[in-house]
Amino acid sequence: MRIVVCVKHVPDIQAERSLGPDGRVVRDDGDGTLNELDENAVEAALTLVEASRAAGGTGEVIVLTVGPEDAEDAVRRGLQMGAETAVHVLDDAIAGSDVFGTAVVLGAAIRFLGADAPVDLVVTGMAALDGLTSMLPAALAAELDLPQLTLAAEVTVSDGVARVRRELDVATEVLTAPLPVLVSVTDQANEPRYPNFKGIMAARKKPVTVLSLADLGVEPSTVGSAGARTEVVEAVARPAREHRVLITDDGTAGLQLAAFLIENKFV
Amino acid sequence: MSSLLSGPALVLLDHHEGTVRPPVFELLTAARGLGVPVFGVWFGDGLEDGLGALSALGDAGVARVYRVGLSGSGSLAPDSRLTPVAAEAMTAVAVEQAASLVLLTSTFENKEIAARVGAATGAGVVVDAGGVAVTGGRVVADKTVFAGTWNTRCAITTALAVVALKPNSVQAEPADIPTTPEVVVVDVVVSDRALAVTLVERTERPASGRPELGGAQVVVAGGRGTEGDFSPLEELADLLGGAVGATRVATDEGWIGHDAQIGQTGVTIAPRLYVGAGVSGAVHHRGGMQAAGTIVAVNSDPEAPIFEIADFGVVGDLFTVLPQAAAELRRLKG
Repeated sequence: MRIVVCVKHVPDIQAERSLGPDGRVVRDDGDGTLNELDENAVEAALTLVEASRAAGGTGEVIVLTVGPEDAEDAVRRGLQMGAETAVHVLDDAIAGSDVFGTAVVLGAAIRFLGADAPVDLVVTGMAALDGLTSMLPAALAAELDLPQLTLAAEVTVSDGVARVRRELDVATEVLTAPLPVLVSVTDQANEPRYPNFKGIMAARKKPVTVLSLADLGVEPSTVGSAGARTEVVEAVARPAREHRVLITDDGTAGLQLAAFLIENKFV
Repeated sequence: MSSLLSGPALVLLDHHEGTVRPPVFELLTAARGLGVPVFGVWFGDGLEDGLGALSALGDAGVARVYRVGLSGSGSLAPDSRLTPVAAEAMTAVAVEQAASLVLLTSTFENKEIAARVGAATGAGVVVDAGGVAVTGGRVVADKTVFAGTWNTRCAITTALAVVALKPNSVQAEPADIPTTPEVVVVDVVVSDRALAVTLVERTERPASGRPELGGAQVVVAGGRGTEGDFSPLEELADLLGGAVGATRVATDEGWIGHDAQIGQTGVTIAPRLYVGAGVSGAVHHRGGMQAAGTIVAVNSDPEAPIFEIADFGVVGDLFTVLPQAAAELRRLKG
């Protein structure tokens, strides 16, 4: 079973994040990390491949990313968790891509990998913790013309069919589709494994294949800010909250809270 | 500000068995403000069977409703609850009507529909928007990003725009002049690709009787500090007419259902009032509620990160503070 996991390098959400004067997310300033939700995607892929091998089959997990130079860290982390192969699409023309531009690049890379041997599954996380739009999985499935099984809390593959259980706001669903498919997994899907020492050492020997748009045959005008369909026309940091109150309960805090709620017309 | 959009606005009319979901009226209010005809897309039954959906839509100024019938090459009828199926139908109507804007409520599923309509039509898409307007002939959406710390305005540069609006961002108002919506039945043939996914089973969750978390104006949330006892929070929520939410810790412990989880991977909320009791305010949770209008926090730990963003913070025991507040509110309300 050959699985491509798409991972993203994002600004650390614990650090202060910002938008530059061009309206773009400030990246590449050293404070980035593998998107935490993509760890669940890598874990899901590794588990599926382990199950395939246990049943006498073969398997390979390829981690794939698109991003500036330090995005390589994201695929390195995937290699440390146990992925066999890493691919990083790096090209100045990709900067400023919207989700559709990103899907074009990822799609081209997956088709490129599929030319060697068929890809059975594409796995992604449910959202990137910087953009948080959750649009990429559906956009990529559309780009690759693959059935989509999204927001999976559980995924299994058996006899060439993928099956997911998903927990939505209003319902629980079970969906199936024949391979090849695209699956996105939620943070409920698994506990990502920590890379162990052996994994980290083995990862050092694995190369990261770097590809450009030209290698993939992607027209630069279709991606990056040139191809983007939206434009941030204004970006302003919200002012900090003013007139904040902090009290310690002296036996009357509940009364003070009630007064606050009434004063502010919440009752 | 000019209203030079060329085509109608097309709104996805989310409903549950014939009752239009409240955020849809917010979408319709926003759509009316753009100066173009407002059309809706309805899947399934319930539009005209006496539950009042059609007249409610008329009160909101909808000129026309496209009632979608789905067919495909498989033996089972296509299921509009599968987002690629719904997206194909939305796309078909949007293209045929030369719509300038497709509007949906921002939910996980509708964001997939938005993405797929964008992929199929080349439209630019903004999701989780707080507002939408037309400026210089372009659709411009307001959006707060980075856990509510930055406000942005995003213009969509393509002829068709797709915008998903967060519930509770726009105040729903009735139309000045109610309409009698025309109903047009549209048959959409769904592609084999969209039919490749089978919905094997679906189990609805029972409704709680409290407001739905995503759209609630008031939310009372509990975390580790509740130690599993949400009763003081429920009491306060009921007095305030609010929904009850929780942190990932509380849902992982099984103290409350996963659908109550507020956080970047659960429900993102922006209520007028958020009360966090026994909530430390870890980044993951903050990202889901930091855009709330007013934040109240009660926690016995003075170092809890939530106090960094609370408008009114109490260092104290929630089991004392919340019941005392509730009793006082009951006393004053009479």
